[in-house]
Amino acid sequence: MSDDNTSMWKNLGLDLKAHDVLLGVLGQAYQDIYLSQENRPRGMEYFDFVMSEIHGLRIKELLDEKEKKRKIIGSYCVFVPEEIALAANATLVGLCSGADFAVEQVEKYLPRNTCSLIKSSFGFKLAKVCPYLECADMIVGENTCDGKKKAYETMGTLVDNLYVMDLPQMKSDNGRKLLRSEYDRFKSAVEELTGVEISVDSLKEAIRTVNEKRAAIHRLSQLRIADPVPISGLDALLANQVFFYDNPARFTQSVNKICDELEERISKKKGVFPEKTPRILFSGCPMAVPNWKLPWIVETSGAVIVGEESCVGERGTRNLTDDSGKTVDALMDAVADRYFKIDCAIFTPNQDRRDHILEMTRAYKADGVIHYGLQFCQPYNMESIPVEKLLEEEGIPCLRIETDYGMEDVGQIKTRVEAFIEQIQD
Amino acid sequence: MIFAGIDIGSRTVELVLVEGGRVIESRQSETGFDPVFEAKKLLEGLEFDGIMATGYGRNLFENAFENAGTVTEIKAHATGARAEFCDAGTVLDIGGQDSKAIRLDNSGRIKKFEMNDRCAAGTGKFLEIMAENLGFSLDNFGPAALTAKKDLVINSMCTVFAESEVTSLIARGADRSEIARALHRSVVRRAAGMLGRVSSSGPIVFSGGVAKNACIRELLSDTLEREVMVPRYPQMVGALGAALILESRAFK
Repeated sequence: MSDDNTSMWKNLGLDLKAHDVLLGVLGQAYQDIYLSQENRPRGMEYFDFVMSEIHGLRIKELLDEKEKKRKIIGSYCVFVPEEIALAANATLVGLCSGADFAVEQVEKYLPRNTCSLIKSSFGFKLAKVCPYLECADMIVGENTCDGKKKAYETMGTLVDNLYVMDLPQMKSDNGRKLLRSEYDRFKSAVEELTGVEISVDSLKEAIRTVNEKRAAIHRLSQLRIADPVPISGLDALLANQVFFYDNPARFTQSVNKICDELEERISKKKGVFPEKTPRILFSGCPMAVPNWKLPWIVETSGAVIVGEESCVGERGTRNLTDDSGKTVDALMDAVADRYFKIDCAIFTPNQDRRDHILEMTRAYKADGVIHYGLQFCQPYNMESIPVEKLLEEEGIPCLRIETDYGMEDVGQIKTRVEAFIEQIQD
Repeated sequence: MIFAGIDIGSRTVELVLVEGGRVIESRQSETGFDPVFEAKKLLEGLEFDGIMATGYGRNLFENAFENAGTVTEIKAHATGARAEFCDAGTVLDIGGQDSKAIRLDNSGRIKKFEMNDRCAAGTGKFLEIMAENLGFSLDNFGPAALTAKKDLVINSMCTVFAESEVTSLIARGADRSEIARALHRSVVRRAAGMLGRVSSSGPIVFSGGVAKNACIRELLSDTLEREVMVPRYPQMVGALGAALILESRAFK
């Protein structure tokens, strides 16, 4: 790492010593989990580069944008519409929440039995190791689960730029109205932050940019239907993770480039694993960088992941936003309609999600589903039981894994995953 | 041809040799702190045509022993249980550090399984720690619990919390065999929960070291109102299963 980075991090107020530890762990994990994979598509080099510069070049880019008076908005959830940020000439980035950090400090603010993801977001703040968080002009917290909702109250005492967005819990007319009015309120807040008024043109343009990003991911997902699978689940997950950090246009271009290569691979029947490798669909909680634990276990145990029914995956990218509206109001309606379809487990009832799990299992020709629940994540762990029941009725093997970011249960999870793969192969 | 199965668990290592589907040799030792060493010692003087390892030490063994295959404890126990009881539909295995409940279909294929998570609740380790706390040897723990005259309640299945419940029961002057029975009940509650998630009726084949405990067996069958069948050598079931899987693959 160059001296430039060090002084950049110092200026952002990062704790350099702790940050070095984080980068060390991250680099090692990436080496062990990603770079050790065989038969990777060449196009993944781009993502290797992005990961190696995730706290370097990308932060420098964001700081350059800030220099030019562009605002940075940080988010923890797929309900925060990137279209609105972009339309007001702001950049939306996902904030770090995928690794345990400063756990003892975190537990002064949050109960022990809080999910890893929430704890992690606090850890990165308290240990001062997330440059995205430190360079953000606005941090958006959203009322999804009770854990996050209440944690944001405390987060508000640690940062002075937290904006809390309310979210509906039912897919009713009232729910839709609430979402729409919250997006209006968010739009005004972003406009106030940037001093840029959102116009029909800027919103249309923003919708197109984000749609292209989603379409590129859709294209990638479709290519994973092939057998042998041309890209590992780990690599596809990485693309879905980088979705939240990268410059949108460059991201779209890079994913499309990989897709070109994957199409070529498919035509030559070249895969990352042999043909007929058992195919797994993931379903459940999001996996934020660098939470690669479960996919790593699965793909080193003789199976391949062919899809993610997850916020960092298809739940987050499923629908495009209609860009045909002629007024800002009509386009805002389209934005609200698009996000209102997200089948997050905070909604009740949430039949859509079960339908999507079945749909994805069939579309990606999965042999089994692994339901991933973060420990203490009530909404997803609650849903895992009806999900398992449904899959059982459909004759689709399902394994429920409940875990956190710690590594001490890797041995036991590996045994369960291997047994699940044996079950599928039997 | 002779096939070997070796089950390297957290507490013990078992070795079984089969020929033509029949057991011709079986051995057991403590796992100790060097499982691969113990495993190799068990193999001394034996000849066989192939070996399959299972248990938590299976990957260690695979790395240390040429041409060894591996299979999970879940599949090994399912196969072993099926060899002991040909119509086995539900298998419960409680070993030293983990426990699992498995449902099989009519042809013996695994349909569903549950396994405990990272903690020692409901495992042999739990019983071992509690036996020691109450001054029983592990072998006498179950028989002593069976002599209890009345039922006490221990709510916690967690080893740490149960220990403090035991401490307060001792402080209140409770009878130690009654405390022992309550602890057994706690293990059975946990196992019953797992079994309930995989299957709701029919006999249960109970394997693993904890199956040797008469009180657990009795409470399990009373609680679930299901027949509990225990193989003659319940600790050997995993190793037997591993050997049989290898044998069936060789003749495929």
